[in-house]
Amino acid sequence: MSPAHALRALQAVAGRELAKYLRQYGRLLSSLVRPSLWLIVFAAGFQNVFGVAIVPPYETYISYREYIVPGLVGMVLLFNGMQSSLAMVYDREMGMMRLLLTAPLPRAWLLFCKLAAGTLLSVLQAYAFLAIAWLFDAGIPFAGWLTAMPAIVLGGMMLGALGLLLSVYVRQLENFAGTMNFVIFPMFFVSSALYPLWKLRESGAEAVWQLARLNPFTHAVEAIRHALYGRFDGIAYAVVGASLVAFFALAARGYDPQRGLGRRAPPA
Amino acid sequence: MAEADAAPLLAVSGLRKCYGSRTALDGVTLAVGRGEFVALLGPNGAGKSTLFQVLSGLFVADAGQVEVAGCDMQRAPVPALARTGIVFQQPTLDLDLTVLANLRFHARLHGLAPAHAQARIDAELARQGLAERAREPARALSGGNRRKVELARALVHEPALLLLDEPTVGLDPAARRHLLEQVHGLCAERGLGVLWATHLVDEAEAADRVVVLHHGRVRYAGPPAGLRAEAGAAALADAFLALTAPAP
Repeated sequence: MSPAHALRALQAVAGRELAKYLRQYGRLLSSLVRPSLWLIVFAAGFQNVFGVAIVPPYETYISYREYIVPGLVGMVLLFNGMQSSLAMVYDREMGMMRLLLTAPLPRAWLLFCKLAAGTLLSVLQAYAFLAIAWLFDAGIPFAGWLTAMPAIVLGGMMLGALGLLLSVYVRQLENFAGTMNFVIFPMFFVSSALYPLWKLRESGAEAVWQLARLNPFTHAVEAIRHALYGRFDGIAYAVVGASLVAFFALAARGYDPQRGLGRRAPPA
Repeated sequence: MAEADAAPLLAVSGLRKCYGSRTALDGVTLAVGRGEFVALLGPNGAGKSTLFQVLSGLFVADAGQVEVAGCDMQRAPVPALARTGIVFQQPTLDLDLTVLANLRFHARLHGLAPAHAQARIDAELARQGLAERAREPARALSGGNRRKVELARALVHEPALLLLDEPTVGLDPAARRHLLEQVHGLCAERGLGVLWATHLVDEAEAADRVVVLHHGRVRYAGPPAGLRAEAGAAALADAFLALTAPAP
């Protein structure tokens, strides 16, 4: 595989995903409406219910709206990661996946192209949401838009790789609702997206607190939270990076014709 | 009829593939030479689709070997796939993209430089009589024209071997005949080796060789006339039916 060939394939896959996304106005809109509703309605409703103590990276008391912005950026990345997974399953059902997987390139690179394309969409949506948060005066410093980029990209890749992995096992589009219930909601709610982890512990939900600490989504959110204020959370980056490598390796194994999909009977 | 080279473009030997207790391919051996049109005939469920999945590198066989122009599909899939053009049974165009965008997508996946890719796309679309429709969405094309685009796409990177898996499914008789003639023409003009899977016996009449696959095994491999002679039938369809009839 020459570098030029590898880049052309990346351009082909990313260009197709971007072109499709820009044509899907409903998807574009819903990707922003969902976190915006949480930011505007949910945060307003719970403004005085959740008292947020001063925890790193915050140096003073902050509004609940400001607290949940990183979690909602994570939500954007999580939903788009799953949406990319849905697109993989759709491509498999529609036959486009065969075209991709019979290209003369290493299978892992083709999957990486898919992952990079999905991450590009995730990052664009995350920044569109940050712009909405700015419009509603959520209090995120402008400098944070820049310093958070590595965390947003890494988080987007990790959740995209999880989506790739799920697409190995979700065989049909109609099974996707189950994925929503079993992956998106537990990952989102059992995390620090909506409440600091100490709140879970304080409430006595020890098991939930432990699960939330182990949840890679928590670490993606915390990496973004710290980065938005110019802080670096090394543990969060390490967990997100290790999860990315593990999810991608498992997905690549699943798409390997010698180990994964090729061992199953072809569709009739 | 073209003369096949000594070294075949596609050499399949002893291919075996099982799904649990079900044997889909049982020691399949076949070859396609340069400029040769080989029809792979088999009733539904004969193992044609599994064979194509293995030949296109999507699946790996449990045993046996697939070589394309001397490259082992399992050990060196990248050069083997670079020499292979594939028309899948299932439509694989992105209907939301234009014809041109579909072909550019494929050309980029094969690493063609932009100027060369455009020249190849123009040439193949012109050959199919679709140059005027390059900027239309694929969705706007008829089934026959979509197949022509898929054939053009499979040829953009100038493969040595062309695999077509039941390419005439869903086409009207005129479109079927056109596609068949086009592919025969490619064998003669470009020396392309072609493996054309079908269950429609008339599509195998003009083939250089016929390979009959039944229950995952090769039941016959040779010229169509030989199949007729072997089965003692005047028509190829009768010979095929006799060979694949259920045991009494």
